[in-house]
Amino acid sequence: MSDNAVSDGALGDRAPQGRSGDRAQYGMCAALALLGVLVLVDASRIGAATSSNDPIGPRPVPIILGVLLIVVSVFYAVDVARGGVGEAEAGEDVDLTTRIDVRTVAMLIAAFLVNAVLIEPLGWVISGSLLFWGSAFALGNRHHIRGLAIGVALALVTFYAFAIGLGVNLPAGILQGIL
Amino acid sequence: MDNLNALIAGFGDVLTPLNLLVALLGVTVGTAVGVLPGIGPAMTVALLLPITYGMEPTQALILFAAIFYGGMYGGSTTSILLNTPGESSSVVTAIEGNKMAKAGRAAQALATAAIGSFVAGTIATLALVFVMPQVVDFAISLGAPEYLAIILVAFVGVSAVLGTSRVRGLASLLVGLTIGVVGIDFVTGQQRLTMGIPQLADGIDVVVVAVGIFAVGEALWVAAHLRRKAAEVIPVGRPWMGRDDWRRSWKPWLRGTAFGFPFGAIPAGGAEMPTFLSYMTEKKLTRHPEEFGRGAIEGVAGPEAANNASAAGTLVPLLALGLPTNATAAIMLAALQGYGMEPGPLLLEKQPDLVWALIASLFIGNTMLLVLNLPLAPAWAKLLQIPRPYLYAGILFFASMGAYAVNSQPFDLFLLLVLGLVGFAMRRFGLPVLPLIVGVILGPLAEKQARRSLQLSGGDPSGLIGGPVAWVCYAIIAIVLFWPLVAKLIRSRRGEGRDVENKSEVSV
Repeated sequence: MSDNAVSDGALGDRAPQGRSGDRAQYGMCAALALLGVLVLVDASRIGAATSSNDPIGPRPVPIILGVLLIVVSVFYAVDVARGGVGEAEAGEDVDLTTRIDVRTVAMLIAAFLVNAVLIEPLGWVISGSLLFWGSAFALGNRHHIRGLAIGVALALVTFYAFAIGLGVNLPAGILQGIL
Repeated sequence: MDNLNALIAGFGDVLTPLNLLVALLGVTVGTAVGVLPGIGPAMTVALLLPITYGMEPTQALILFAAIFYGGMYGGSTTSILLNTPGESSSVVTAIEGNKMAKAGRAAQALATAAIGSFVAGTIATLALVFVMPQVVDFAISLGAPEYLAIILVAFVGVSAVLGTSRVRGLASLLVGLTIGVVGIDFVTGQQRLTMGIPQLADGIDVVVVAVGIFAVGEALWVAAHLRRKAAEVIPVGRPWMGRDDWRRSWKPWLRGTAFGFPFGAIPAGGAEMPTFLSYMTEKKLTRHPEEFGRGAIEGVAGPEAANNASAAGTLVPLLALGLPTNATAAIMLAALQGYGMEPGPLLLEKQPDLVWALIASLFIGNTMLLVLNLPLAPAWAKLLQIPRPYLYAGILFFASMGAYAVNSQPFDLFLLLVLGLVGFAMRRFGLPVLPLIVGVILGPLAEKQARRSLQLSGGDPSGLIGGPVAWVCYAIIAIVLFWPLVAKLIRSRRGEGRDVENKSEVSV
C-alpha cells in the first residue's frame, strides 16, 4: 500500500482530478475476475457431451477462458498496484481535464431506454424522434423545436428509406396505416 | 499475368453505373465520417451492416471498402485542421500537419496528404494484387491446426503488440472471446452462457457488439467529457501545392508506402508503427531539419502515405487468410460471414469475381477520393462545425436503428446499452477495443479449428500442434508473451534496482 501512496504522489502532478493511482481500476479487475467465475460456473453446468466426432465437447473452451480471465485479472491488479494506469481515450471532442459528467450520461441512458421500451408499442418514427431529441437535450441542446424537428425528419427519412425502401425491419407501431 | 487479367475482369464487373454509384456513395460517406469526430469507418460499416443485408454482396463490399478508404482521407483532414487526431493512426500526421496549418499552410498540408494517400493507396493496392494470391497459394495447403495457430498469433498480435499495455489488451481480448462463446454450441447444441435467456441462444450478433462498443460506448464517453467550447478549426481554402512542395513530397510518399504496406499485411501490424517509422525516417533524411516541429511537409507526406498503404496492406490477411487486423477489416469479415461466405484462402477460389471486383473498386474509389477531396476540402472542413449535441444524438439514433434492425427485437437495444457501458468502461480505463472485436469475430472460428484438429487426430492433443507452420506461430506467440519477463530479468541483472524493488514489495 505504501507503494501506492508513492505513485499517487508521483503521478498527481501530471494527472489532476484524481486519475492518479486510479484505484477505480481495481473495480475493472474485479469485474474481469467475476466474469471468469461466471464463465466457469456456467461451464460446470454444461453436460459433458463428447463423441468420436467431437472429442472435447463444448466445455474446455469456456473453462480455459474462465481460468484465463481470472489469471489476467490478477496480473491486471498487480499492474495497478505497481502504479500502472490505463490511459483514458482521448478524442476530438473529449476534454479529459473535466470530471465524468454523470448527469449527462444518465440522461443519455434514460433517452436510450425510453427508445428501447417504446420502439414496439409506438413505432420507430415516434421513439426514434424522442431518442434524438432527448439525447440532444442531454448533451446541452436548448433549441427544443429545432431538435425535435431534426429528430422527426431523421426518423421519417430513415423509416421510409430503410424500412420501406430497403426492407429493413423497423416497426411502424401506432402509426401503422398512416405512414 | 493471371492476376492482371483477373483484375481487368474485375474492372469490367465494377464498371456498371450502379456499382460506381455505390462506390461514390461509399467514398463520400467514408470521408464524412472520417472528418466527423466521434465516428469512424469501423462504426459506420457496423451500422450499415444490417441495412446492406438486402444488397448484393459485391455491392455491399464495394461500399464498405470505399468507406474504409474514405475514412483514411477524412481522418487526415481532421488531424491537420484540428490538433486532436481522432484515430491513433493519424496521431503522427497531426504533429507536423497542424503546425503547417497554423503557419498558414493548411492548403499544402491537405494537398500532400490527399495526393500522398492517392499515390500510396494506388501502389499498395497494386501490391495487394500481386501479394494476396501468393499468400492464398501458401495458405491453401494449411490444415486446421495451422489455422488455429495463425488465429492465435493474430489474437496475441492485436492484444499484446498493438497498444501500450499488454495486460489490458489481453483483458479486452478475453472479454471478446467470452462474448463469442455465448449461444448454442455449434456441434453439440448445448447452451453456453445464455443464462436461460432465449434471445441469447443464437449468440450475440457481431453488429450489436460492434455498434455497442464503438458507437454507443463512444457517444457515452464523449458525453461524459464533452468539450464545452468547440475546438478551433483552422480555416482553409482549396488545397494546392507549389513546385517546391511537390519536390519535397514525392520521396516521402514512396518511402511511406514502403513502410506502410508490409506492416499492414502482417497480422500484428497496424498503422501506428509504420506512420511513426516514416516520420522518424523523414526527420532524419530531410534537408530542412529546422522545419521539423514547426510544420515540415515531409512529416505529413510520409506518415499519411504510410497510413494509407497499411490500410491496403490489411486487406492481404483479410482476403487471403480471413484474418482482420484492424477494426474496419474485422467488421468486413463479419459481413462476409453474414453473406454465408467462408473467409479464408478458399474465398479467392470460390468467389474470384467478388474478390477481384472488390480490388478493382479500390482503385476506382481511390481515384474518386482524390477528385472529391482536393476541390471539396473546404466543404469537408465545415463538417467539423456541426453542433455536437446533434452529432452525438445522431450517432445514438443510428446505433439504435442498426442494432434493432438486426433481429427486430427490443432485447437487442438493452444488450446494446450494456455493451455501450462496457465500451465506456474500456475507454475510461484505457482498454483497447480492437482486441475485443477481433475476439468476438475470430473466437468461434478458433474454437472450430481446434475441435476440427482434435477430431482429425482422434482426440490426441498432439493434433493441436500440427506442422512446422504452427510451430513457428507458437514460437512467435511465446516470444511475444514472455518477452517482457525476459527483458525485465535482463534489466534486473544489470541492477536497475528501483522498479524491481517495488515489484517485490507489492507481490507480498
